Amino acid sequence: MTEIASAPVMGAAPGRTGDRLRLLWHSKTGRVGLALVLILALLALVSALGILPNDPITQNAAIRLQGPSAAHWFGTDQFGRDVFARVAAGVLNSTRIALVAVGFATVVGTLSGVAAGFYRGFSDVAVSGVTNVLFAFPPLLLALALASVFTRTWFTVAVAIAIVYTPIFIRVTRGPVLSLREVEFVSAATATGQRRSAIMFRHVLPNITSILIVQITLSLSWAILTEASLSFLGLSTPPPAPSLGSMIYEARTLVYVAPWTMIAPGVLIVAYVVGLNLLGDGLRDSLDPKNRGTV
Amino acid sequence: MLRRLLANPIVSRLISSVGTLAGVAVVVFIMLRAIPGNQITASYGIEAAALTDEQRAALLSYYGLDKPLGVQFFSWIGNIFRGNLGVSARAHQSVASLTAQSLPVTLELAIWTIILSLAIGVPLGMLSASKPDSPRDAVGQAVGLAGLSIPAFLLGTALVTVLSKYLGFNPNGAGYAYFTKNPLLNMQQMLLPSLVLAFGIAAPIMRTTRTAILEVRSQDFIRTAKAKGISTRRLQIRHVLGNALVPIVTMTGLQFGYLLGGAVVVEQIFSLPGIGRQVLVGIQQKEYAVVQSTVLLIALGFVIVNLLTDLAYRRIDPRVRAQ
Repeated sequence: MTEIASAPVMGAAPGRTGDRLRLLWHSKTGRVGLALVLILALLALVSALGILPNDPITQNAAIRLQGPSAAHWFGTDQFGRDVFARVAAGVLNSTRIALVAVGFATVVGTLSGVAAGFYRGFSDVAVSGVTNVLFAFPPLLLALALASVFTRTWFTVAVAIAIVYTPIFIRVTRGPVLSLREVEFVSAATATGQRRSAIMFRHVLPNITSILIVQITLSLSWAILTEASLSFLGLSTPPPAPSLGSMIYEARTLVYVAPWTMIAPGVLIVAYVVGLNLLGDGLRDSLDPKNRGTV
Repeated sequence: MLRRLLANPIVSRLISSVGTLAGVAVVVFIMLRAIPGNQITASYGIEAAALTDEQRAALLSYYGLDKPLGVQFFSWIGNIFRGNLGVSARAHQSVASLTAQSLPVTLELAIWTIILSLAIGVPLGMLSASKPDSPRDAVGQAVGLAGLSIPAFLLGTALVTVLSKYLGFNPNGAGYAYFTKNPLLNMQQMLLPSLVLAFGIAAPIMRTTRTAILEVRSQDFIRTAKAKGISTRRLQIRHVLGNALVPIVTMTGLQFGYLLGGAVVVEQIFSLPGIGRQVLVGIQQKEYAVVQSTVLLIALGFVIVNLLTDLAYRRIDPRVRAQ
């Protein structure tokens, strides 16, 4: 379930962003991934702005379970709600939960991982101990137990997912920092009398950005899958707010008469996760120093 | 003497594992008590509001919830050391006997899943690595990507609905059959859930196999072996796969460890009474004893599998063996 980003760190100093983007664009997987992610992000944006012709929550019994048409592109569900508007709102829900969860996990995980690897000593023992404890929990069970602690809103679900993914960021950053602290430019910075916190932020952190960018992209895809699984189990954002996982759960009994109710959210989840995985792979290739100079 | 003992990697791993388990015990204990409501409100629902103070106090005392948190924690841990995992008020059974029923289900599912994932992932990874950037590599990578991207609940739901509608195949519709009672039905019931899980787990195994083989193949000792005139078959099996096994075993062990925690979603879709569902129902019913003790057992399983994986790759790594 969890795969940790393995982009090389040493020597992967931040090069010119233009070169990196060009490399990403030259990789076919990166291009397809970026396109898919942008399309879905646009769908989420359209839903957030409320400019879709139909409302995702308003019910209309007169148009129950209608197939796709010009008025309802993805048909309607058992309450006569527009499936397109609902999947767009579902994508928005997944996107904001994934962004907040991964944002929190990145900041807390990276700072803890870098501090543990750089300062060693007690902070390392404490951070590694907490990481081991959180890793020993089954991830989905941990997320659903945490999600039960708070009143369920999209934000509390995001926090629950964030806590599950923080240890991954700790592990991903701690290892490279352990080797970076022995590198000559860090010793040189220490010899020039710079403060340790300054060395950490100015010299160590920029050298692990490649690995972080890849890890963030992959984690976004897992966060989307975790949120969808939680909402399938009825433990994410409460109804009537649309969520892709709960739409699939509700569609189980409708699939024979209205297959579009399952196909639409199913295809969108898969497309989103495929897009993020391809983008992650493309970024890994373009940030790999071995591919430098190939543009 | 003590220093030398502590320097032993296995001993230090064992000590840190005990620390991890203690941490898990504390976290699960606190987390459960942070969930609003308790066993009384979960069992009585809205009727809990109608309880008199005396009734409530009697129930709190019956469930041991009237004692200070520290006392509750240590009495739970003390009971575990005496082999008493607690009692489920809802099922009127001890947690040990509940687990004795659910653990074989989860174990069987995990074993089938790992066998299927290795059967799919390793050959696919070898196929992909045999000619990088070729059409066969693209096929392998596409299957791997699909495995990583299609959620188990979607694949599971789609399989159940399609197979039961068009082929009338729905072995999980009947109650769960234990292997010891009805092995044939049991294997039919395990087929779809383990396939669904294996599809997802084969993907990281396939990716790990491909990367490991490509990395080993670029090593100097492979060139030396080729120069010595070793047959391709022997080279592939003994030298390439032999050296690529370490990351594959690590990845498989990690995935197996996660599977022991129960696959909540798949167990739910296919009505399998495994460990994951036991914890899920326990959380919903606020059954502290069930969740605490089961999660601790899951963590213990995870830690043991990790330790065994560590020991396994110490044995199979040719470099370590040579020492």
